[in-house]
Amino acid sequence: MSAVRNPKQQSEMPRVVGQPIARVDGPLKVRGQARFAAEVDLPGLAYAALAYSSIAKGRIVSIDTSAARQAAGVMFVMTHENAPKLNPPPIFTEGGAAVSRLPIMQGADVHWNGQPIAIVVAESQEQAEHAASLIQARFDTEPAVLSLDKSRARAKAHEHILGEPPKIEIGDAESALASAEVRVDRVYRTPRQNHNAIELHAVTVHWEEGTLVVHDSTQMINMSALALQRIFDLPPDKVRVKSPFIGGGFGGKGLWSYQVLAAAVAREVQRPVRLVLSREGVFRSIGGRTLTEQRVALGARKDGALAALIHTGLTGMTSHSYCPEQFTFPARHLYQADRFKIAQEYVALHMVPNTFMRAPGESVGTFALESAIDELAVALQLDPIELRRRLEPKVDPTSRHPFSQRGLIEAYRRGAEKFGWHDRNLEPRSRREGDWLIGHGVATATYPYYRQPGGAARIRLNAEGHAIVQMASHEMGMGTATVQAQFAADLLAVPLEEVKFEYGDSTQPAGTMAGGSSQTASIIGAVVAASEALFAELLRLAGPQSPLAGLEPGEVMTRDRGLCARRDPGRFESYRAILKRAGRQEVSAEASSAEPVEAQKYSMHSTGAQFCEVRVNAITGEIRVSRFLGSFDVGRIVNPKTAASQLRGGIVMGIGLALMEETLFDERTGRIMNASLAEYHVPVHMDVPAIDVIWNDIPDPQSPHGVRGIGEIGITGVGAAIANAVYNAAGVRVRELPITLDKT
Amino acid sequence: MLFHINGTRYDVEVDVRTTLLDLLRDRLQLTGSKKGCNQGACGACTILVNGVRINSCLALAIQYQGEEITTVEGLESNDSLHPLQRAFIEHDGFQCGYCTPGQLCSAIGLLNELQAGVPSVVTDNLQAADISLTPDELRERMSGNICRCGAYNGIVQAIQEYSADRIAGVAR
Repeated sequence: MSAVRNPKQQSEMPRVVGQPIARVDGPLKVRGQARFAAEVDLPGLAYAALAYSSIAKGRIVSIDTSAARQAAGVMFVMTHENAPKLNPPPIFTEGGAAVSRLPIMQGADVHWNGQPIAIVVAESQEQAEHAASLIQARFDTEPAVLSLDKSRARAKAHEHILGEPPKIEIGDAESALASAEVRVDRVYRTPRQNHNAIELHAVTVHWEEGTLVVHDSTQMINMSALALQRIFDLPPDKVRVKSPFIGGGFGGKGLWSYQVLAAAVAREVQRPVRLVLSREGVFRSIGGRTLTEQRVALGARKDGALAALIHTGLTGMTSHSYCPEQFTFPARHLYQADRFKIAQEYVALHMVPNTFMRAPGESVGTFALESAIDELAVALQLDPIELRRRLEPKVDPTSRHPFSQRGLIEAYRRGAEKFGWHDRNLEPRSRREGDWLIGHGVATATYPYYRQPGGAARIRLNAEGHAIVQMASHEMGMGTATVQAQFAADLLAVPLEEVKFEYGDSTQPAGTMAGGSSQTASIIGAVVAASEALFAELLRLAGPQSPLAGLEPGEVMTRDRGLCARRDPGRFESYRAILKRAGRQEVSAEASSAEPVEAQKYSMHSTGAQFCEVRVNAITGEIRVSRFLGSFDVGRIVNPKTAASQLRGGIVMGIGLALMEETLFDERTGRIMNASLAEYHVPVHMDVPAIDVIWNDIPDPQSPHGVRGIGEIGITGVGAAIANAVYNAAGVRVRELPITLDKT
Repeated sequence: MLFHINGTRYDVEVDVRTTLLDLLRDRLQLTGSKKGCNQGACGACTILVNGVRINSCLALAIQYQGEEITTVEGLESNDSLHPLQRAFIEHDGFQCGYCTPGQLCSAIGLLNELQAGVPSVVTDNLQAADISLTPDELRERMSGNICRCGAYNGIVQAIQEYSADRIAGVAR
């Protein structure tokens, strides 16, 4: 794959990839000056607020907006009765960023409790919110499907699961299970969860001479722009989406109805409009992770070898969205077994469309699978790490593809040593300090490697030799601008201070979404392609008087702010000198990344080992995580400082998944009952101990520059590691998240 | 109505329903203070009033006329970052940066509370005039500031370092 060949250079300049560089946008962020979507000031700005349906399924019979229209400061109230025609939004399988295909405010049909049914525009936020509260709707209610448990007869098979087969059967796993020497056959349940990024979903939008300009908080700039073009029937150059900073995303910041409604009313009132959802509005109109019910059955010989691995189950979804919560993915790649049965189905429910939330599938799939592996280790009286060592496959056990690189056992070895795993107590409920029972648990983390196709990057070099790299990508805390400047600095052999990575605007070369832990590799793939175009252009400009004369692009490399011959680094000319001789102020090149064919030839996954110590109160059942260590095999690390934060952040969200997070859904009305941060608990400072993270730092030979994404793997395995530690501490096996004190 | 914010006087008429947070963000373009829940549950809007930390989303602006209000924009002096801001950068005490202004203001308020001998639920000796910033005291007292990115470890390290430097500075 020549387009993403790793650069080789013999520069005198120290490499910055691998250095713990502080975030380049750190000063902006600690000053509160990073500009978020709701903070763009525009002259004549008006404020919007939404009203929501209070039924789960049916029709709006009438909607009385008269009081709202007469309220002070109100300019416009829009409902399905007076909304302009808007085309159905394209969802991500159709190239758009929309989560739901439902036309927005185009009819009286109600599909979930919390669906926006009206939008008010007023001179101030207070006026808009008050007016929205005056809207009175009457509904005709129809029977809704609200309970996964009671609707399992409606379960349907997926046509595919994100391009992977929905069902894998290798041999007769059920028969092998029935005749196995040792069996574990259990059902695990995980609840709905919400991303709850601290930045509320918000948009500031205006129409500028027929161009729709959207200041958004989105993880998918180009896909949002494309969806808005289709919805509003606009040509590509008439939609501009800007999103320079995202106040947390975790999968939740895509295209929902609120951006579309804000854009529609801004056109009606011919004023810029800002719409900031309330936290309750986020819960009710922005979907999170769906619930799952998973069966894991393991049939083993006495030495641990698996005769059968079964992972099946159900999720809730909607008929107008597509997020399968692919919990069966880990079982496809982690363990050697003679026979497999892997299948997941879904029931279409009348609920806010669920979407991708940090490690969709793997986060909750590893809870079930890795709890079951622990249960098997207990049944076999084997150390759970030793069991995993015995089950380690040589090639991908279901696809049979070779692994591009896999260091799971090494991650376990290093993690166990640093954590002191072998000092743990083997007998459950046997270590107590005062009222606290102490236990240790471990589980495997895993997340696939993804690199998105379709991205392009531009590199501009000025007469001073300073570089600007541009791509419409995203910063929601991963450190994008920092790590990409580091990468480009080494690639171009210029000092870090002389490189800037520009992103966050749809007028830049097309970016790929910040999702699936794919962005770092996707950007690097495009930047490498752009650099090759740049070097070709520089050689053309260099001309016959240059020491580089006669060299082909494939024969040069970078060093010390310039190019040299690979075979003779003494044949060198600086970018500055090349541009000066050519009389140019700037040289610029743009190229698209090569197709991600590496993922078709190889099984590419990051893995890791999550270790934890919990304390369970013998009297109250309260659970505290007292120690945590994550040991990861995640390819090459570009920036240890930001990488450690990302991995820790995943683990912190995993502590929430394990112990407290649950979106409570009223199965009678379809209403979310705890739509606030006071009642939906996420980890706070007191819930989080010092978390140790280490990594193997082995480059993936098949990925651009050896990197794999690290945004999601941190959360995987955490639920099971904590559940397994709770078992070790208290002797109670909890198979339903969250592990609250009533269950211990 | 007169407001004193970061040493500047603002004369502005506000709706009686306007919160201090919305006054700062929407009326005065002081958008450093953030809105995360608008109900006192996340801490992103934390500011200092006469040195005491409050959730500005739960405060009506009209009640704070004439009080000394400090927001994140008021932390630096002479265009130089506050040492706690520098410590946050050094220890990577944030990712997306959205909760950061609230964490910073909250930490400064916390240290003022310690100095004033205000106990917390984890303080052993409620009579003590001098409460030390143990890891538990710090984490307990910062628990009203949610960081969904999970940068808690870095935040704790930054506050510990700044607090130690401040105590050492006082001792000198």
